[in-house]
Amino acid sequence: MIAAVVRRVGIMAGDPGIRAAARRCWPWVALLAFTIVLPWLFYDWSKGRHAGFVVSLLSQIGLMIIFALSFNMQMGQAGLLSFGHAVYLGLGGYVTIHAINAVGAGRLWLPMELMPLVGGFSGLLFAIVFGWMATKQRGTAYAMITLGLGELVGAAAVMFNGFFGGEGGITANRILKTSLFGLSYGPSIQVYYLILAWTAVSVVAMLLLTQVPLGRMANACRDNFERAQFVGYDPRMVRFYQCALSGFFAGIAGALYAVDYEIVTFDAVGSILSANALLMTFIGGIGVFWGPIVGAVLITLLQSWMSLISNAWLIYVAVLFIVMVIYAPGGIAGLIMAHVPIWRAGRLPALALPYLRIGPPALIGAAGFAGLVELTYFVTIGSGQGKSLSVLHQAIDAGSARPWLLASTLFVAGTGIALSQRRAFAAAWDAVGEQIRMKERSR
Amino acid sequence: MELILVTLLNGLVYGMLLFMLASGLTLIFSMMGVLNFAHASMYMIGAYLAFQISQAIGFWPALIIAPALCGVIGAAIEMYGLRKAHRNGHVAELLFTFGIAFLIEKGVQMIWGLAPVPYRVPSALDFALFTIYGTNFHAYRGFMLLISMLMFLAIRLLLTRTRVGLIIQASLTNPEMVGALGHNVPRVFTTVFAGGSALAGLAGVIGGNYLVTEPAMAFTMGPIVFVVVVFGGLGSLAGCFIASLVMGLVQSFAVVFDVSLADLLARLGIVVTARTPLAEVLTVPLPRIAALLPFLLLVLILVFKPRGLMGTRDT
Repeated sequence: MIAAVVRRVGIMAGDPGIRAAARRCWPWVALLAFTIVLPWLFYDWSKGRHAGFVVSLLSQIGLMIIFALSFNMQMGQAGLLSFGHAVYLGLGGYVTIHAINAVGAGRLWLPMELMPLVGGFSGLLFAIVFGWMATKQRGTAYAMITLGLGELVGAAAVMFNGFFGGEGGITANRILKTSLFGLSYGPSIQVYYLILAWTAVSVVAMLLLTQVPLGRMANACRDNFERAQFVGYDPRMVRFYQCALSGFFAGIAGALYAVDYEIVTFDAVGSILSANALLMTFIGGIGVFWGPIVGAVLITLLQSWMSLISNAWLIYVAVLFIVMVIYAPGGIAGLIMAHVPIWRAGRLPALALPYLRIGPPALIGAAGFAGLVELTYFVTIGSGQGKSLSVLHQAIDAGSARPWLLASTLFVAGTGIALSQRRAFAAAWDAVGEQIRMKERSR
Repeated sequence: MELILVTLLNGLVYGMLLFMLASGLTLIFSMMGVLNFAHASMYMIGAYLAFQISQAIGFWPALIIAPALCGVIGAAIEMYGLRKAHRNGHVAELLFTFGIAFLIEKGVQMIWGLAPVPYRVPSALDFALFTIYGTNFHAYRGFMLLISMLMFLAIRLLLTRTRVGLIIQASLTNPEMVGALGHNVPRVFTTVFAGGSALAGLAGVIGGNYLVTEPAMAFTMGPIVFVVVVFGGLGSLAGCFIASLVMGLVQSFAVVFDVSLADLLARLGIVVTARTPLAEVLTVPLPRIAALLPFLLLVLILVFKPRGLMGTRDT
């Protein structure tokens, strides 16, 4: 019998389909293994406890990944730009926090591990209600409806105390006695693994949803809704299903938000979080499935580290966003994917020199810009907060002319050189692309 | 009666201010097919520039200089940003204006700080123009009304009675044809964008001291202007005018009348108590939900009548 099993496994391992799937899956499996180990890399062995900041940061990244991916189900896959995506996260979070309180008071029995489903299904419910209205339109009109709905729910959250708790929000105690595995979820590391598990499940589910007919039809309706209509699909219903499912996953993110922070306030439905979803997803890249993951990690890291050292981090995010909209609409993932064929053809060295010509000047220009922004911020706000300005432990006097001159020279010279190299770089890029195409054709 | 008259006047002032913002946006919107998120930011920049200039050389020069600067900024945004984003499609344009609005808000916070700046009504206009039923009608409100009326007439004459206006109107609906006739359509776009930005700046100059000049003013005003533009209908200045006034009046009256759905039900003989389902929704007074009304309108119009009041095509 054992021999039969071994033979069976051997056949499966030899099956080309399975092997191909394994090859495709290994980066995801490696990533999962890495995230399981990750908090232990920051474990303080001398004191025997976890680095609280790192664990809470990782938890936040996890739920933001679900949120950004669910946003991309609308934006990248269905071409629906939403300005009110936080509504589903926030309402999912509110329902979950009420559910946690109900379990805590003994009015309801539900294991903590399944709490995200509460958020998910309430997100789904609200996405069905709001999505039914919004998906009647597409394009700009859809964006405006979601903007209006987002503002409506955001204002209602401050107005109605019963459900939303007004300005103070709703708080809860996540330590329940209903865990399936006997965990208390008091220590944040346990919550991290809960979030990690749900993030993994959600990522896989959303990845599979891009492969099923609905995901494919969403792409079709995004690219050419009239043709999709001729094939016999109703683009409106495709948009609606996609929107509803995206609300489900945003609701899961909201439930994890409620469990992680133990408080949900009007911020969770607010326009800032909605804008955040857009920034994360777009900077990460809307055209590739894993793009929003990159964006969520990057923006959340920026948010927690940059905001400690600089008042102006949102300015940098905004500039990055604008530059990306104009020059790299595919986001970071799009940039990476553009290099893959060149790398496969072994032609990356041909781009090294053009990169050297444009990269360092652009970085110098960016540094000059950052210097100017920091100096201005220091003069207007920072000095009032009693902060001091220093670069590499060198104190800088923002009142004198020297730092200003230096920063503006760097900015003007750096961006000037980078912009003057733009054409040459584009030409080199096109030439490499052309060579690769020629080689493929001759083969 | 007196309440109604005073509220009517206030609503008129607010509505005309909205129109000043919305008229430029409706032209830009009709042309690009994309709502310009940065439009309300121009309103904010206008207010802040006017504050800075009026501190240095006085309010009256600021009335001219600040809108002109806003026009220049608008032209620069269109020529060096929007035109490039346009190559990547409509969504890219929308996102670009969104990014610009975000950047301008943070930039204003960077330069002028987080707190409101003390931008005040000029002393020459700081008196009561007339008194109705014991309520003073401030001279500055009269001045706002005058400026916005003049502006409305100027735009109307420009668009309907001049050659430039005809070309602009043609470019709104049929840019390819206008280009085929030998006109420089991109330049027309830039002109309209600059003009719209200047108008928004002017609204900022005269509205900033009437309302409040703070970094959040663009994000509170922006959606309301969107509502007006969508309500009025694409490409229709008249619709935009009516929508502005309606919105101004609705908001002003909603703040004044302290009624709720529960009062309405009480008239019908249904008494709402704390135990009635949705009691909280039914008893919330109208002034509290006044801020919600524009968004409710936005959603309802886009869902049920995306053509708006007098629009020629769907949003």
